[in-house]
Amino acid sequence: MSDTLLSVEDLRVHFPLAVGGLLRRRWLPLKAVDGVSFTIAPGETLGVVGESGCGKSTLGRAILRLLEPTGGRVVWQGENLRALDQQAMRRRRREMQIVFQDPLASLNPRMTVGDIIAEPLITHEPRLGRAEARARVRDIMAKTGLLPQMINRYPHEFSGGQCQRIGVARAMILNPRLIVCDEPVSALDVSIQAQIINLLMALQRDFRLSLLFISHDLSVVRHISQRILVLYLGRMMELADSAELYRKPRHPYTRALISAVPVPDPARERAKRRLVLGGELPSPLDPPSGCVFRTRCPLAVEICAREVPRIEQIRAGHQVACHRWQEV
Amino acid sequence: MSFAIAPGESLGVVGESGSGKTQLFLSIMGLLAKNGSCTGSARLRGQELLGLPARQLNGIRGVRIAMIFQDPMTSLNPYLRISRQMTEVLVEHKGMSEQEARRRSIALLEQVGIPAARSRFDLYPHEFSGGMRQRVMIAIALLCEPALLIADEPTTALDVTVQAQILELLLQLKRDLGMAIVLITHDLGVVAGLSERVMVMYAGRIVEEGPVDAIFAAPQHPYTLGLLRSTPRLEEHVETLRVIPGQPPNLQALPPGCSFHDRCPFVFERCLAERPPLRGFAPGRTKACHLDALPPGAQ
Repeated sequence: MSDTLLSVEDLRVHFPLAVGGLLRRRWLPLKAVDGVSFTIAPGETLGVVGESGCGKSTLGRAILRLLEPTGGRVVWQGENLRALDQQAMRRRRREMQIVFQDPLASLNPRMTVGDIIAEPLITHEPRLGRAEARARVRDIMAKTGLLPQMINRYPHEFSGGQCQRIGVARAMILNPRLIVCDEPVSALDVSIQAQIINLLMALQRDFRLSLLFISHDLSVVRHISQRILVLYLGRMMELADSAELYRKPRHPYTRALISAVPVPDPARERAKRRLVLGGELPSPLDPPSGCVFRTRCPLAVEICAREVPRIEQIRAGHQVACHRWQEV
Repeated sequence: MSFAIAPGESLGVVGESGSGKTQLFLSIMGLLAKNGSCTGSARLRGQELLGLPARQLNGIRGVRIAMIFQDPMTSLNPYLRISRQMTEVLVEHKGMSEQEARRRSIALLEQVGIPAARSRFDLYPHEFSGGMRQRVMIAIALLCEPALLIADEPTTALDVTVQAQILELLLQLKRDLGMAIVLITHDLGVVAGLSERVMVMYAGRIVEEGPVDAIFAAPQHPYTLGLLRSTPRLEEHVETLRVIPGQPPNLQALPPGCSFHDRCPFVFERCLAERPPLRGFAPGRTKACHLDALPPGAQ
């Protein structure tokens, strides 16, 4: 890719966790994100999928430094974000925003919608006049499908879908270049989900916005993303173009994930031979040796327990971390 | 609402939050909140359930009809070992001895795919993972071999790979035990694989009902059509999803006429004034819509 907006290199986020009793307390690192690398181009959507506890939300937050990474680099337009002091970081943040999963919980119930959406504006452009700020808020409300005359209402007066629009409007008001969307539609009903997905895709087209779209729902991610990153237990399993990832998954985990998604087509669903994975996610505090997926992998052999698989570039834009990808 | 379930049949009940799909079955089970009331009639093999005194109802609930819920953690008692929660049912309802009950319970846990069931039998619910807890719930529901199992969003709280395991299990139990299953869900994909018949609910009423293949291939209610089209699909890529505009209505202030009219792309005068009754329009299919057929090209 010729131009890169964001480049994440070997990112690690570890949380020290106390284990054992009072007398034998030890600190174990919980490796929430461990060695993740990818790039995002301007105007591109990168989807991040994985099951609960795979580190996808931690990844999103670590990129914005809402959580301090433990290691690795986050390079924003050529500049290492981790080297910035707080003030400089704050200035960069106006270009990168976040939308959260729970639309109502992420809005202050005591603030009017107008004040909620204007808050980033007032923080980053303190000299802006009140009238000007109001005008910008009305403008972004209209663009995100909210009625500008609702500007003085409170969050509880809105439905879940509309609250998510408010969240998107707040993220959009500074005209950012990247929005991290952390499960933005998971709490919404099916018919409302589609509205928010379409809104995000339209905004992205119109403003050449980049999205880091985090979700556990493979169908949604596939619909909205150009490329998809698959995480398992904090590690990268596969990264590829979304059509290719769906057509030719090369990691056994990706394959199982795709096969597990129920498709709304009865004939196909009945005929499908599901690759049901045995077992469940191992504890992230005590991940398996070697490849973290090996305890559930149908292809696991002896080397998988011994060596952590490297991330291999198997063709342009397609990376896999598996000892046996050639056999998948 | 009126509907029937045949022995061994699996019915999918689809609707968004607030469409009344859970309340419907809670009322049949006599589990409505205190301020809820229901009228009409619900019969199990001819026996009236509504208005039955709790004593008699308890001889039916958990015995001939069982229900499992979305969140297995809140439906299991956190203070009691799994063994106690299971054997109690058998001793109470089947008059088994403690020994017999233990043996039968462990066999069931094995049947629902809990590894090392014998050694985990005396654990507490929090010592199981989410998927395992749902398996335990299913095992408890199966204790008395019910004729009807009502599964209310049984996989919504689970990860996809674990969801696949639970769906596979339900499918296998249905095959092996021949019990009828009602699957309440908002996920059209889940219904497609598991159900033979589908009932679509909107604002507390049935809007369409019929065989799963027919409904997915050619939905005849605008709401069903909208739901199917607004779901992103893994197997095919479309540029923009077609959405259902607006939002589900407030049940305290339903619009006059058809509850769906303000979101319906095919609305006409009659829809504003008159509520469409549920009517048959093809063998085995019913819908509540004034249009005889959706306009050509709508699918």
